[in-house]
Amino acid sequence: MWKWLNQYAKPEAAFNLCRRLLPWFGWLSGLCLTVGTVWGLAYAPADYQQGDSFRIIYIHVPSAILSMSGYAAMAVAALVGLVWQWRTAYMTMIAIAPVGAVVTFIALFTGAAWGKPMWGTWWVWDARLTSELILLFLYFGVIALYAAFDDKQQGGKAAGVMALVGVVNLPIIHFSVEWWNTLHQGATITKFGKPSIAPEMLWPLLINLLGMALFMAAVSVHRLQNEILRRELHRPWVMSLLHHNGEKSRAV
Amino acid sequence: MNPRRQKRLAIVALVVSVVAGAVGLMLYALNQNIDLFYTPSEIIDGKQGTVPQVGQRLRIGGMVVPGSVKRNQETLAVSFDLVDTGPAVTVSYQGILPDLFREGQGIVATGVLTAANRIQAEEVLAKHDEEYMPPELAEKMKGIKHVKPDNLATGGH
Repeated sequence: MWKWLNQYAKPEAAFNLCRRLLPWFGWLSGLCLTVGTVWGLAYAPADYQQGDSFRIIYIHVPSAILSMSGYAAMAVAALVGLVWQWRTAYMTMIAIAPVGAVVTFIALFTGAAWGKPMWGTWWVWDARLTSELILLFLYFGVIALYAAFDDKQQGGKAAGVMALVGVVNLPIIHFSVEWWNTLHQGATITKFGKPSIAPEMLWPLLINLLGMALFMAAVSVHRLQNEILRRELHRPWVMSLLHHNGEKSRAV
Repeated sequence: MNPRRQKRLAIVALVVSVVAGAVGLMLYALNQNIDLFYTPSEIIDGKQGTVPQVGQRLRIGGMVVPGSVKRNQETLAVSFDLVDTGPAVTVSYQGILPDLFREGQGIVATGVLTAANRIQAEEVLAKHDEEYMPPELAEKMKGIKHVKPDNLATGGH
């Protein structure tokens, strides 16, 4: 297991793995997001209290859950970089960071748009909303810190420490609705026990969740490829790859 | 794992746990904070022996009394009574109420106390629970065990 994982510390192996995975992630995410969104928006029944307005759940909940999963993935990459010092670890971390930040923003934005008609306000400083906003700032911090260093290895180390420290925020986000009296309601699906949503509403939500996860994976993997190429530009394997691609495009 | 990696892992674990501890203490401290949240009976009878002053800003949370909602036909002005277990407090508000505002629904309002039992609210918020279901299912469950008092009072739609 360790040995199998360890080979991807090498940029070339990681690059080739990304190239194999990318089409799977891309096509499957397109399929899931299409099915889940059409099903959710057009065919799932309306909610008994909120009517059709509740359908924003099909964007809001997947992005909110995955903003946290994305951060966790980024933190794992940072840990691998700090402790095992893989060459590809910080590249992975910084490949995920902007993707996670955008998804966090989507969660906050759709939440505000949902809160206005239902709760009566775009924003309240309640624990769930505030901790999710802090998550967005943590993503920004990691991106900014990495960009602030000319030496990318140093930048990766600094940003990695920040990413790891920020992990403290993840349980706070998750349990905020239990620990404090928040305007945001409790967990519907991310809890032990039966989800408190009717099955015909739940299925499109789960499909969209999977689709969104695959979409994030696809974009991150693509960004990782770019990052590897940028950092390894002078290496022989990249040279030969570029040369090979040049030959191919000339032949066509 | 070789010793150098072990050392680095230990340092990372130490830093993260120290920060987690610090944040934990901070949140615990914040929890002890005075909150300005009152229920209607606490406004009338006092909370821990003290009645809020007229002119004080506060938050009130309670259930909208069925039949108490009065709307002005020309403007957006609206008033309604909130109760919990004891006496009611009248809330006046000018603006668009949230979709989930209904008689019998739990409401949180922020505003200024203008008389012992009157509040001029600047913000009225409705909270909903984490359950989502189609109307037919809600109807079917209404007769059985899943009833929530606020849904009964509104006819739940």
